[in-house]
Amino acid sequence: MENNLLEIKNLYVNAEDKEILKGINLNIKKGEIHVIMGPNGSGKTTTANAILNNPAYRKVSGEILLEGENINNLKTDEIARKGVFMSFQLPEEIPGVSVTNFLKYAKNKVTGEPVKIFKFKEELKKYMEQLNMNPKYMERSLNVGFSGGEKKKNEILQMLVLNPKLAILDETDSGLDVDAIKTVSKGIEMFKNENNAVLIITHNTKILNSLKVDYVHVLVNGQIVTTGTQELASKIEENGYSEFKQ
Amino acid sequence: MKTKVEEINRNIYDIKNKDDYDFKIKKGLTREIIEEISAQKGDPDWMREIRLNALEVYNSLELPTWGPDLSELDMNEIATYVRPKSKLNSSWDDVPEDIKNTFDKLGIPDAEKNSLAGVGAQYDSEVVYHSIKEDLIKQGVIYTDMETAVREYPEIVKSHFMKCVPVNDHKFVALHAAVWSGGSFVYVPKGVKVDIPLQSYFRLNSPESGQFEHTLIIVDEGASLHFIEGCSAPKYNKVNLHAGCVELYVKDNAYLRYSTIENWSKNMLNLNTKKAIVGKNAGMDWVSGSFGSKISMLYPMSILNGEGAKTEFTGISFAGAGQNLDNGFKVVHNAKNTSSVVNAKSISKNGGKCTYRSLVRINENAKNSKCSVSCESLMLDDISISDTIPTADVRTDEVEFSHEAKIGKISDQAIFYLMSRGLSEEDAKAMIVRGFAYPISKEFPVEYAVEMNNLINLELEGAIG
Repeated sequence: MENNLLEIKNLYVNAEDKEILKGINLNIKKGEIHVIMGPNGSGKTTTANAILNNPAYRKVSGEILLEGENINNLKTDEIARKGVFMSFQLPEEIPGVSVTNFLKYAKNKVTGEPVKIFKFKEELKKYMEQLNMNPKYMERSLNVGFSGGEKKKNEILQMLVLNPKLAILDETDSGLDVDAIKTVSKGIEMFKNENNAVLIITHNTKILNSLKVDYVHVLVNGQIVTTGTQELASKIEENGYSEFKQ
Repeated sequence: MKTKVEEINRNIYDIKNKDDYDFKIKKGLTREIIEEISAQKGDPDWMREIRLNALEVYNSLELPTWGPDLSELDMNEIATYVRPKSKLNSSWDDVPEDIKNTFDKLGIPDAEKNSLAGVGAQYDSEVVYHSIKEDLIKQGVIYTDMETAVREYPEIVKSHFMKCVPVNDHKFVALHAAVWSGGSFVYVPKGVKVDIPLQSYFRLNSPESGQFEHTLIIVDEGASLHFIEGCSAPKYNKVNLHAGCVELYVKDNAYLRYSTIENWSKNMLNLNTKKAIVGKNAGMDWVSGSFGSKISMLYPMSILNGEGAKTEFTGISFAGAGQNLDNGFKVVHNAKNTSSVVNAKSISKNGGKCTYRSLVRINENAKNSKCSVSCESLMLDDISISDTIPTADVRTDEVEFSHEAKIGKISDQAIFYLMSRGLSEEDAKAMIVRGFAYPISKEFPVEYAVEMNNLINLELEGAIG
């Protein structure tokens, strides 16, 4: 059991008084890549937001455990500092705060240690090269004026820099062209090791092609209706979700 | 300038020295009181006449009928002149200990050593310290307290004092002219470029009193100057009044940058008047950070009298609980090819109110002029208020004029985004606010940008929940 990173037990979540998640169970171990697929409105983004305790979503019942500890009521930043990261579907624009300054500040908060600026910038530059990002973006305001693809790459950059135990990627691949999807996959490969885990939320299978996925869960109408391996994803790509809908 | 202060410490601003004055005029505003102030200050006759005339103008004018409610101001409860127990010194060692300590904690002597070419420090009604670097004196630059200027350069003062800002401009200008004391006088001769800023700092310690310093700056043809003004006061229960006056003359081809960081205490009524007359191809830039005071009515003004004159206003206001900051900018385009750029921002929280009030006037003779105004407000909660009241009076068609206003509330989703990266709610808000303020704070010298960020953090402390 000590390899359990995240356990979700019978979780019910409402958004604006509407019942979205209706008893989710999920168990992610260190070293694993999980995928949640499902049609629009099935509760995928709600799952991600509930794990990070976004105040806009209310847990009605159930439990979320991170390394055995109940994190239901921890604040978002506390959960982040315990090692959970989420790549946003629509990353926020923060004018006047440069990517470098923001990440340096966040890294200090997450690690609790002072960040050495020179070494940090070198690290940042290296990651940006690997993600085919223009290094000029380091000094630009966070996400301001970034294209959709640049924003998503910037999320992956943040994941690499902050190096969480669990990275949740919420539709990171949506709206990206083939090359950008490859770059995102590459970022995930760079990040992944036996001590961390990735939860990919998507309704697209392209991003999975180059990754070794351990489990694919199908989320329909707030419940996980089936769990399988990579083959399940291929099947969905061919046939859609109709067979899982009642 | 608190460059040395890493930890934010409200106490720096709240150091309250004993109200230990050499002389404090009785409260109120009568002819006898004005005559007494004039006598105490040893005015020449012409200055006494200006004061007495101004008192009559004051009595004949009404309070403004627009803007914040000033009814709580009772001049019978304000002492308009408080002389500290210190003469004017040119060495910090000679400044009395408690006063020197205050300026030490505000970082003034440190700043002087590190990044300023001259410093003035006023405590209550009188300037207690003034200095200027030797090489500037050699180039003919004059930087002194206003009293010395009245004594030593009477002709220059007579021809400029209350000439840029007329005594009857509004009630508080008349009040200022009647009771003014302290402030700085700067003259930069033709062609002299003062590369390092001069700074005057104004500290009001005495309760139930007012500060009425007068700043008169003349930047002669082709010369340039950066002048910084700082102000603060500890908080008392009753209102204090600040009605300073700043008169700036920027001659042809000259340049003046006037930066202010104002952190008055939250019992202060800040009714300050600042104006600049800008000559041919000259430039006048205002940079302003307004944090303190209970009520502020502050609208710096540039009068672009010379062809090709340019002005820029970059300002930010931050209003918390109980604060009503009614700030803005006025510009008059009064010659061909003149241009003005306004970039104003405001932040309000905990029920604070920020209003951007402005006047743009482009006269008929100002053909081919340009004016672009952008103002943006950020409210940190649902109970704070933000308003924009621009007035444009454009009397020619041959101009480019644009005005853009944005008012918004801090986004919960943006806060969640930053929190998901490990920032606490307070840190997340502070980061968003600092980022919002960045286009303004970057216009300050770096130490002041640091101070401004510290002030933002201070204002945001305890803002959560």
